[in-house]
Amino acid sequence: MSKKFLSGNEAFAYGVRLARPQVISAYPITPQTIVVEKLSEFVEDGSLNAEFIHVESEHSALSCAIGASSVGARAFTATSSQGLLYMAECLPYAAGGRFPIVMMNANRSTALPWNIYGDQRDSLSQLDSGWIQAYAGNAQEALDLALMSFYIAEHSEVSTPFMANLDGFVLTHTYEVVDVPTQEQANAFLPKYETENKLDLQNPRNLAFSAGPDTNTFFKYREHLGILNASKIIEKAEERFAEIFGRRYSGLTESYQTDDAEFILITLGSISGLVREAVDKLRAEGKRAGLLRLRYLRPFPNEEIANAVKDAKALAVLEKDVSFGNEGTVYTNVNSALQKAGITLPTSNYIGGLGGKNISFEEIINIFDELEKQQSKVKFLGIGGEANGD
Amino acid sequence: MAINAKTLSETELFYGHKACAGCGGSLAVRIALKVLGENAVAVLPAGCMSAVGFNFPQLCFGNNAIISTFAGTASMLTGVEAGLRAQGITDFHAVGFAGDGGTADIGLQALSGAIDRNDDILYICYDNEAYMNTGIQKSSLTPFGARTTTTPAGKNIRGNLRPKKNLFEIVAAHGIPYAATASVGYLNDFMRKVEKAKNIRGTKYIHVLAPCPTGWGVKTDETVEIAKEVVDCGLWYLAEYENGEFTLNQRPKEFSDVSAYLKRQSRFKHLTDADIEIITKSRDEKWEFIKKNFK
Repeated sequence: MSKKFLSGNEAFAYGVRLARPQVISAYPITPQTIVVEKLSEFVEDGSLNAEFIHVESEHSALSCAIGASSVGARAFTATSSQGLLYMAECLPYAAGGRFPIVMMNANRSTALPWNIYGDQRDSLSQLDSGWIQAYAGNAQEALDLALMSFYIAEHSEVSTPFMANLDGFVLTHTYEVVDVPTQEQANAFLPKYETENKLDLQNPRNLAFSAGPDTNTFFKYREHLGILNASKIIEKAEERFAEIFGRRYSGLTESYQTDDAEFILITLGSISGLVREAVDKLRAEGKRAGLLRLRYLRPFPNEEIANAVKDAKALAVLEKDVSFGNEGTVYTNVNSALQKAGITLPTSNYIGGLGGKNISFEEIINIFDELEKQQSKVKFLGIGGEANGD
Repeated sequence: MAINAKTLSETELFYGHKACAGCGGSLAVRIALKVLGENAVAVLPAGCMSAVGFNFPQLCFGNNAIISTFAGTASMLTGVEAGLRAQGITDFHAVGFAGDGGTADIGLQALSGAIDRNDDILYICYDNEAYMNTGIQKSSLTPFGARTTTTPAGKNIRGNLRPKKNLFEIVAAHGIPYAATASVGYLNDFMRKVEKAKNIRGTKYIHVLAPCPTGWGVKTDETVEIAKEVVDCGLWYLAEYENGEFTLNQRPKEFSDVSAYLKRQSRFKHLTDADIEIITKSRDEKWEFIKKNFK
């Protein structure tokens, strides 16, 4: 293990190198580009032995990764925003084919209007594509997630592609001291990818076929079970990770001061660092505030959310996206989790950080203040009260 | 030993599919796979050949085969080739079979990317001159004058107004190691080209004209005959591009009648003498170019 001063992108690239992918398809897009640049340097200096393929678009990036995965190779690609949307056709394709590709997505706003900064509308628009979706909170977690993602995706009970999301710029371009494990440790953690779901010269197969109305549901149900299975495999991966690397993660969610909390803020990604500080301040003032960070959105942590909030008086969901014409997508999912668990409490939705707009410490404190009123509402941060109907 | 009808493998790798009677595309795929052998790893986009060959549980390829996205034939081939090579596997042939729409329209970007990288793949375009799988719509390889379901022949517009895209030379302009045109009417020539491509490293492209009786409006037993006639009348040609040079493989002494070729197909039935004159003139211009620039 060595300590390095790395950005989120660089940390993720180091994690990918440790995972020893055999094929990397690369196409640049801000703010992801540094990942593929770094990986190309690793290939150049001989520290990574992978086929590095300069594809001509994101559609080809994922199509190429599917091809590589279909012959049993470990495949990686990375994208962001418009690139993710351009390759969107290939997302359910990879998931339906059960090809466990790992892709990093630098969360970025989607046009129009054009904007290169971070929000989560890109990945959330693809929530139903059949991919596991994880959201890193910091650079260390980004590196660790890169390594764990291959273990989880490739596990025979999962066989599902994995999208690891890093907040654009705030996480991708911010430097932190990161522990970089040794290759020996990484090898001990991550087994070679073995699968029968591949084109095989000894045992020829026809893959990615058509399945009509009679058989389609069977395949789709199996796909659903695979991604649901990821819950327990994530737990298993983190247990194994802790044994080898000494760092422990907490599964689909991360709770902070939620045990006795009256007011809980649920969020995802790097903003959780600031929310944690706000919780500390409010706790110091004697207020029972808590934070629940969603580390994974697929599989969705229904039970974890229900358990964390069951004794709270109210909760808010803070997210960097909106499903136009309705509300934040994460909010919709959280409310469903509560409803299924028979929990009734006031929930509010705060939509902020769109196009990289800063979410301030004061705004977070204010969310907790408003929670005490126990209203249910959907509110945009960073615009006047009038637009929110206040 | 030169490959021909006598030496061709008896092993069938593409059979039991539900292609229409007389399908030129399925003939091209079947013959090419016989030449490439059972270690061919085939990528086929959404289109006729995947629609007729991959219906679970009736899967019709005896070799490894996979459907790609419509635009993704070449990019998936790249991944297949790189993925096998990365695992130390080298005794295979990565081959793509895509139609004219999948190649010259939606798949052109990915094909260009693969040629640019010189990936070690063979890309075979079976050109039936329209989007046949969706019911005969115009592609950029539909010839001038042809009636399709999106270029109807009426009083105001008489079928497709644009000439066929010159994909062979577009591909060659990349400086590809090997490119060729072929026709299922001249199978020995096609087989020879597949055999040649099989032994060349880097990107190979074969553009094989493969009539579709359903879309062209000919009888199902006329596929091979009409695929010969299109070459004989000079509207298609058999050529190769290698080492920066074009070579013509078959130079008709005298062209057969263009009008006869056109009039026997219902897609061209509406053409006037003036239309046929335009087509003949364009053929002659093409052959002037070929005479100047092809060996």
